[in-house]
Amino acid sequence: MSAGQLPRWVDFGLIPALNLIAAFFVSGLVVLLIGENPLEAVEILLWGSLGYGEGIGFTLFNATSFIFTGLAVAVAFHAGLFNIGGEGQAYVGGLGVAFACLALDRYVPWWVTLPFAVAGGALFGAAWALIPAWLQATRGSHIVITTIMFNFIGAALMGYLLVDVIAKPGSMQPETRTFEDGGRLPLLDNLIPGDFFGTSQVNLSLVIALICCFLVWALIWRTRLGYEIRTFGANPTAAVYAGISPVRITIVTMLISGAMAGLMAINEIMGAQHRLLIEFVAGYGFVGIAVALMGRAHPVGIVLAAILFGMLYQGGAELSFEKPAITRDMIIVIQGLVILFAGALEYMFRPALVQLFSFAGAPAGQAD
Amino acid sequence: MRNRPAGRLKVSEDIQVKKLLTISVALAGVAFSTAAMAADIKPAVLYDLGGKFDKSFNEAAYTGAEKFTADTGVAYRDFEIQNDSQREQALRNFAKRGQSPIVAIGFSQANAVEKVAKEFPDTQFAIVDMVVDLPNVRSIVFKEHEGSYIVGMLAAMASETGKVGFIGGMDIPLIRKFACGYKQGALAVNADAEVFENMTGTTGAAWNDPVKGGELAKSQFDRGADVVYHAAGGTGIGVLQAAADAGKLGIGVDSNQNALHPGSVLSSMLKRVDVAVYSAFEDAKNDAWTSGFSVLGLAEGGVDWALDENNEKLITPEMKAAVDKARAGIVSGTITVHDYMADQNCPF
Repeated sequence: MSAGQLPRWVDFGLIPALNLIAAFFVSGLVVLLIGENPLEAVEILLWGSLGYGEGIGFTLFNATSFIFTGLAVAVAFHAGLFNIGGEGQAYVGGLGVAFACLALDRYVPWWVTLPFAVAGGALFGAAWALIPAWLQATRGSHIVITTIMFNFIGAALMGYLLVDVIAKPGSMQPETRTFEDGGRLPLLDNLIPGDFFGTSQVNLSLVIALICCFLVWALIWRTRLGYEIRTFGANPTAAVYAGISPVRITIVTMLISGAMAGLMAINEIMGAQHRLLIEFVAGYGFVGIAVALMGRAHPVGIVLAAILFGMLYQGGAELSFEKPAITRDMIIVIQGLVILFAGALEYMFRPALVQLFSFAGAPAGQAD
Repeated sequence: MRNRPAGRLKVSEDIQVKKLLTISVALAGVAFSTAAMAADIKPAVLYDLGGKFDKSFNEAAYTGAEKFTADTGVAYRDFEIQNDSQREQALRNFAKRGQSPIVAIGFSQANAVEKVAKEFPDTQFAIVDMVVDLPNVRSIVFKEHEGSYIVGMLAAMASETGKVGFIGGMDIPLIRKFACGYKQGALAVNADAEVFENMTGTTGAAWNDPVKGGELAKSQFDRGADVVYHAAGGTGIGVLQAAADAGKLGIGVDSNQNALHPGSVLSSMLKRVDVAVYSAFEDAKNDAWTSGFSVLGLAEGGVDWALDENNEKLITPEMKAAVDKARAGIVSGTITVHDYMADQNCPF
């Protein structure tokens, strides 16, 4: 990342905004192509996601999951590791959350269960990242390959457990029993007066997600470990020269990363579904990569990007509900375009902007 | 496209209906007004994750709804979910907009239907493949094992090697139910028959992986199978393709898939989700809605096997006679097909 060449507001504000506009422009063309009015589509998308309390609630609910998976990817980014196993880590993390809830929900109130569920989710998520981390650190097996393969192993493991071991007897749905009140996080709607969020599932996990954002910020920029992580990410050879153990940093970073992904299950399992069910992650882990890329691996950016993707999910559902011609596959196309422009084509506008700003800001000769 | 103009029209339609109502109440009395009321239903379908055009389970529901619209001119709304948390949201969206009846396709919808049906006690709900015990919910489940038994018999009779195959989608009890019935049917014809069983995967992606379906079919052919039955949604497209390419026979599922590869699809195990959807809409329209649960097996016409011009050459008179006999036996109760879901076990 070529930080330093551009003013911060351009790097963190203008470039993502430009990417987004480009993505929406192309999406608009696609909407036009199938014979719908793009402006109307945007209107429904915005209204559906931000226009009323319940829509905002769903947007924030989706955003909560994206914050967790985005943080997971971001932490690993700082150590130069590309963790694309968030999907599997969150899935297995769900097992930890479910164990805590299933064990305690009948005996104690939710605030006693919560710490155990958080610990369970983090621990299981971290455990699922441990083997790829260890293989990367000591054997040099590429973490991109191992983490993505662990997604499949995780899916197979969870499928086996849910179908054959912990499924509710007599049900053909591979899922555990529904948690009692002791295993359910309160909805934000019940915590604040009035009925603002309606029936949306936004819950206390949003607060946990924001706390995690702060903790990640503190860890990466305010602790010694964070410094080591960033050093290792910037230049592994120099890091080794400075006495930083690559094995230790790789494993510790991936454990934190996996734990963040695992916590996503708090939102989905303990906050909304109140039972462990098959495939509950449903792509949130992968979208976390786009969230982290778009948020420049900084917690503030991640929160903003997570809200954007939360809007796309909620507003997109509303859009395909209102306009049957815009199917759910079209929504995926629009999301894909945002990911493409925000992630893969991140550098498309950058060279031009670098030129522009070096012209404007510095005397000639600096632009190269 | 289909629903957009309808949505616009709805307002004027409503006004017209109201006008009609006032006039009719003033002039003629109650009978005419109930007719107008009954015609004014706003049905909706919520598909499962596989999506509307899976050529199989969800598409059967779509076919039923489309047929209803073609027959009656009553438009319906539908929605394809992207993830689990949208189930409740979509049902509630339908209910809020006054859609009724709302038919939810797939067992995964049960929790959402239960929750939303309680919130909207005056809305009619129906769920396919699962039982939700509420006064305003109609639950429709099928005896897939009976239909699978019949196609199992067909497979064993058509097989020259004595080896037949089964390819399931996601490894869940429901699909094992298909497999178990199929196996029992095959063994009933040929006690020495070998039945290969493969599941495509353990995740929802297993419903939509035709490439892997084709590979699994090829591997079963390599092991000697010459008839392969699939219960795998979109994955099955690959199974049937592989069978056609290899000159073997495939068996379709849910919808009538005989026409996909005429002459290479031995038959299809029909699961009449389309009839379930159609009759739910129709009953609501005719004010004949009933809640409670119905189990549709061979006797009720809920499951069946497909015989049409595409496969009539493949089905010999002896095969047809044997199958008809077994069918009568199942209907009358002299043949019991084991239901995997009853004890989570397949004894064969």
